[in-house]
Amino acid sequence: METTLSLAQVITNINHDFWPLFPELFLLSAASILLMIDVFSVDMDRKLSYNLAQFILLVTGIIIVFQFPTSQDFLYHRHFIHDPLSATLKISMVVLTSIALMFARPYILQRRILRGEYYLLHLFSLLGMMLLVSGSSLLSLYLGLELMSLCLYALVAMNRRDKLSAEAAVKYFVMGAIASGFILYGISFVYGVTGQIHLADIAAFLNDNEASLTLRFALVFIVTGLAFKFGAVPFQMWVPDVYHGAPTSTTVFLASAPKVAAFGLAIRILVFGFAGVLVDWQNLLIILAVSSMLVGNLVALAQTNIKRLLAYSAIAHIGYFLLGLIAGNTQGYAASLFYILTYAITALGGFGCLIYMAKGRQEVDRIDDLKGLGQRNPWAGLLVSFLFLSMAGLPPFVGFWAKLEVIKAVLNVDGLIWLALVAAFMSIIGLFYYLKVVKVIFFDKAEVETRIRAERSLRLGLGITSIAVIALGLFPTQLLEFCQKAFQYI
Amino acid sequence: MNIEVLVFYFFAAITIIAAIGVISVKNSVQAVLCLVLTFFSAAALWLLLEAEFLAITLILVYVGAVMVLFLFVVMMLDVDFAALRQGFVKHLPIGLLLGFGLFGAIYWVIRFEIFGSEKVPEPAKHEQGYSNVEELGRLLYGEYFYPFEIAGVILLVAIIAAISLTFRGRRERKGQSVREQHRVLKEERLKIVSMKSEPIKQGDDA
Repeated sequence: METTLSLAQVITNINHDFWPLFPELFLLSAASILLMIDVFSVDMDRKLSYNLAQFILLVTGIIIVFQFPTSQDFLYHRHFIHDPLSATLKISMVVLTSIALMFARPYILQRRILRGEYYLLHLFSLLGMMLLVSGSSLLSLYLGLELMSLCLYALVAMNRRDKLSAEAAVKYFVMGAIASGFILYGISFVYGVTGQIHLADIAAFLNDNEASLTLRFALVFIVTGLAFKFGAVPFQMWVPDVYHGAPTSTTVFLASAPKVAAFGLAIRILVFGFAGVLVDWQNLLIILAVSSMLVGNLVALAQTNIKRLLAYSAIAHIGYFLLGLIAGNTQGYAASLFYILTYAITALGGFGCLIYMAKGRQEVDRIDDLKGLGQRNPWAGLLVSFLFLSMAGLPPFVGFWAKLEVIKAVLNVDGLIWLALVAAFMSIIGLFYYLKVVKVIFFDKAEVETRIRAERSLRLGLGITSIAVIALGLFPTQLLEFCQKAFQYI
Repeated sequence: MNIEVLVFYFFAAITIIAAIGVISVKNSVQAVLCLVLTFFSAAALWLLLEAEFLAITLILVYVGAVMVLFLFVVMMLDVDFAALRQGFVKHLPIGLLLGFGLFGAIYWVIRFEIFGSEKVPEPAKHEQGYSNVEELGRLLYGEYFYPFEIAGVILLVAIIAAISLTFRGRRERKGQSVREQHRVLKEERLKIVSMKSEPIKQGDDA
């Protein structure tokens, strides 16, 4: 820390290259401009705000692709990392947010939550996620996490008049705050022991020194906070209630992009910072993974509410996803990235189809509401069942390859074969409730005979996710290579 | 024992007593006032560490603004404290057990040998003319400008979220969805009833 610099020197020292930060800078300024446009817009349908939000996402995505890094750089006093991993995660989050907005638009149009801010909060949340995945100090990681979560709390609470939604918002907020508190508490210990907040410095400290008990204790707090954010058992209590209570359009978003961002957070902290104590966090994650797969799959069997079923399935998927991290090598991390990306796409479609089927202001809540979808609209029935079959992990859908990759990653590690067996066994149990949904779609008689009249953007969103699931399932190598390339600098 | 140590123990004792007061007094307004006292004595401790600017900010921002707001909220909300305290004695043993367990665990990992004054020495005193504000500014706008700006964005989002959640203007729109109207089927709007055709009676058509 140079305390002897004069003010003039400080000013001349500001010669940062802001090109790597350009996607975030553009997103922030464009969202702020959109905020002003939205205030003065007289468009009651908020069509302008929606179109502009999609346009901003498109441009942000193009910028990220355009400046895709070929090296690993630490910038802005090493608080920001610019590497292929961050760019990969950013691109996928932009795409996921864009599809989530497609699903959200018709949903909020028909309800009382049509506000320009609804789109804006998505954009700011995305900004938080982008900052999060390229944070390279504990401080910038934490701030990115808070920016993302703050927007999500507001999005869950958007439907103020709905009691369930308010309850979900309070639960999510309190749980999120506790998780943040845990992470911060852990960070304070880490700082106390190492005197560093930069991940690279912490890694260097762990290289030179034996990890003390205090540091391991700090790691427990940080992993606990991460597990809260992921919704891994035993910190999963909020997931079903929040997914169920939040407006479906928010659930769509909640189940997709933030999970990818949480993956980024986990990789940055565990791999970039705490690779030196790999064995310690490996054991913690094994407990989380096994209990998540167990509880998620078994409790999902008993659900009659489709949103809660998907929430428990999300918990189970987090369990599988953690397997890749547990493997503790580049191949495993790439498998985890592959898993979380494909799961995010599937979850988008899975929750999105509930919006697709909703008629007017009615919600699709029960599994029985999906009865006879195959007769009412064979195409939609087919697309939705693709999504559920992919979640179940059946070939030729992408969910199969994702599960295969994480299980393969664990099999390559000595002494963890039992974990792979547990995962395989649990996915057989999981098969049951996914197939039950498919059975309801095709073989049960419809309760209502009305045609489904979904908006164009809904059909588009469902089409994109569902076709992505089958296309990636047929050609998984491209995405897998893309994921592996992201980890070339570890 | 010099005067500095005496001052430290004095304010440290007040901080702890006031903090215990926050969670133990019956009246919630008094609890908030206890919290004010905690912050105040913590600020005094910061002064001992030569962090004058932070100490003053703590008093101005926390005591002056945040805690006053807190006081308003506590006075305005009608909290049923009797209901909150129900089951207090019943759950006390479990609470105490967990509390002491956690305290013991945390104490074990941050005990004196690890974070004692030998391991973490007292910060060096600065010479005269040292400016706290200048150093803070240098750090915030120099080395930490990036996290500092993110914190600014978080505040902006907090404003947006708070306004959009509490806004009580007209939200109920009575709009019509043209697309939906176009896609209506005949069967949904038109009911065709089959009737027996009858000849018109003479004289009725007038």
